Amino acid sequence: MKTVVIGVIGADVHAVGNKIIDYVLTDNGYNVVNIGVLSSQEDFINAAIETNAKAILISSLYGHGELDCKYMREQCDEAGLEDVKLYVGGNIVVGKQDFREVEQRFKKMGFDRVYPPGMKIEQALDDLKEDIGI
Amino acid sequence: MKPYLLVDFGSTYTKITAVDLEHNFIIGTSKATTTVDTNVLDGYDKAMERLLRNHPDIKEDNISGFSACSSAAGGLKMAAIGLVEELTVEAAKRACLGAGAIVNMVFSHHMTKREVVKLEEADIDIILLAGGTDGGNKECIIHNAKKLKEAEIDVPIIIAGNKEAVDDIEELFEGTDIEYFVVSNVMPQLKKLDVKEAKEVIRKIFIDKIIEAKGIKKAEQKIGEIIMPTPEAVLLAAELLSNGFEDEEGFGELMVIDIGGATTDVHTIGEGFPKRTEVIMKGLQEPFAKRTVEGDLGMRYSANALLSLVSDYEFRKYFDEDDQCDHNIAKSLERRKEHVDFIPQTRDEEEFDKAIAKICCDVSISRHVGHVEVVSTPLGSMYYQTGKDLSDIKYVIGTGGVLINNADAKKILRSVNKTSNKKLELRPNNPAILIDRSYILSAMGLLSQKYPKNALKIMKQYLL
Repeated sequence: MKTVVIGVIGADVHAVGNKIIDYVLTDNGYNVVNIGVLSSQEDFINAAIETNAKAILISSLYGHGELDCKYMREQCDEAGLEDVKLYVGGNIVVGKQDFREVEQRFKKMGFDRVYPPGMKIEQALDDLKEDIGI
Repeated sequence: MKPYLLVDFGSTYTKITAVDLEHNFIIGTSKATTTVDTNVLDGYDKAMERLLRNHPDIKEDNISGFSACSSAAGGLKMAAIGLVEELTVEAAKRACLGAGAIVNMVFSHHMTKREVVKLEEADIDIILLAGGTDGGNKECIIHNAKKLKEAEIDVPIIIAGNKEAVDDIEELFEGTDIEYFVVSNVMPQLKKLDVKEAKEVIRKIFIDKIIEAKGIKKAEQKIGEIIMPTPEAVLLAAELLSNGFEDEEGFGELMVIDIGGATTDVHTIGEGFPKRTEVIMKGLQEPFAKRTVEGDLGMRYSANALLSLVSDYEFRKYFDEDDQCDHNIAKSLERRKEHVDFIPQTRDEEEFDKAIAKICCDVSISRHVGHVEVVSTPLGSMYYQTGKDLSDIKYVIGTGGVLINNADAKKILRSVNKTSNKKLELRPNNPAILIDRSYILSAMGLLSQKYPKNALKIMKQYLL
């Protein structure tokens, strides 16, 4: 069984989507380690190291995601998690911006998958199966 | 009268406490210097002789039984190995501390050759090897096990990490002289703490091996098995006093502080959950009975370390307001470190010792209690809580030589309280303070293994 770490980054307390992701991924055969809301980059990374996670799925709904996610890839690499896939989704930037540009920016930051607002978790599930298997 | 004897082979003194199980009172206590270097029984015999001489109603043939604990020959020294510092390393440390050990060495992630050499050279009694949640990382713990094997470590190793790594490690150790024990993972799931089995095995190794290695085994001819390290006995006493037993009610959430010559130990019994709704818990789960040991806070051996923790200016704030003496802090600390058997003779020296005790108390509590951090979110202020919220603790109990013989012990212990300059620390608000004047806590922890109700009744009478 593959392990994934999920959580809501930064000073963000939106818990509903987080629970849905937990439910759907668990239901589809993943070992989900949910670190919950108000989580820092270090929390994600420490959890991924101890649980041998193959992917980290970061949610952010309050608009500050871009700041919170800065240097996440570098921090992971530093901690020996070069092979861990990084996903991010939600309202990850301030205001309404062209998503293609947003996606480009996050990919440049080292994220493997970037999802726009309103995206269903099932879409990410397919990507997850492709990226890390079940 | 039905005397029952509790024996503590301490680092300095061998202490005997005699209790009457019929009427639940302390008949008497005695002590003599611990003689672990020659024959541990010499010290014991001397203490026993004193006890019998001072209490003629105790006869050797009417003693109904013995229980004994030990912290002689340096106590129980352990090394904790884990993966991430805040997670499995911390879980491993808590298992050791909860079992009454001193954690002398800590290693995280992949151990290097240099670290293994350091471990080999150190005087360690048991190694606790953790790392990875169940189903999580197993590569690191296996790497560390290999390193320990290569070094042919001749210290018992407790394997308490990812269960999926156990088969590989057992295969590694098979056919070697390494003595190992497999227990359940100290952190089976992320942030979840499970130290029960590890603690039990630590105690078992202590009884079976360590006692012998330290030359205390001889004592067992006279008094039967030595059942635990002394600090564990104190923790058990605190747990019993908090929880109560059957219809004998306990005190509820409480804290025990033991300020010694080399270390300051803090024990708390209680969940320490957040008291408010807008608080989110961070970090590893806290043990219900938590013990921390501060090796840099002590009255003598570690006295000179104090100035690296508090400045000269801050130090002066711990003196009483009416204390007129212009203390030479550095010199006074040095003197205590040089002469560990120093006993204050003058009022100024007493005042200085009191200030040290207050610092030990204040700083050890800062480290023991939980902390909050404020985060501003779009939904208003939220709080992270790391560690236990101990603001509602009802009792603080002081024990250890400095406190029990000090007329101002309660005043010293008031430095556990919440203060305006440490607002983010979840310190006790205004607990009742009790002193273990007859120095019976460890003895009652021992007694609680066979006679919990008697031990509880006696503690309730004798903690004042």
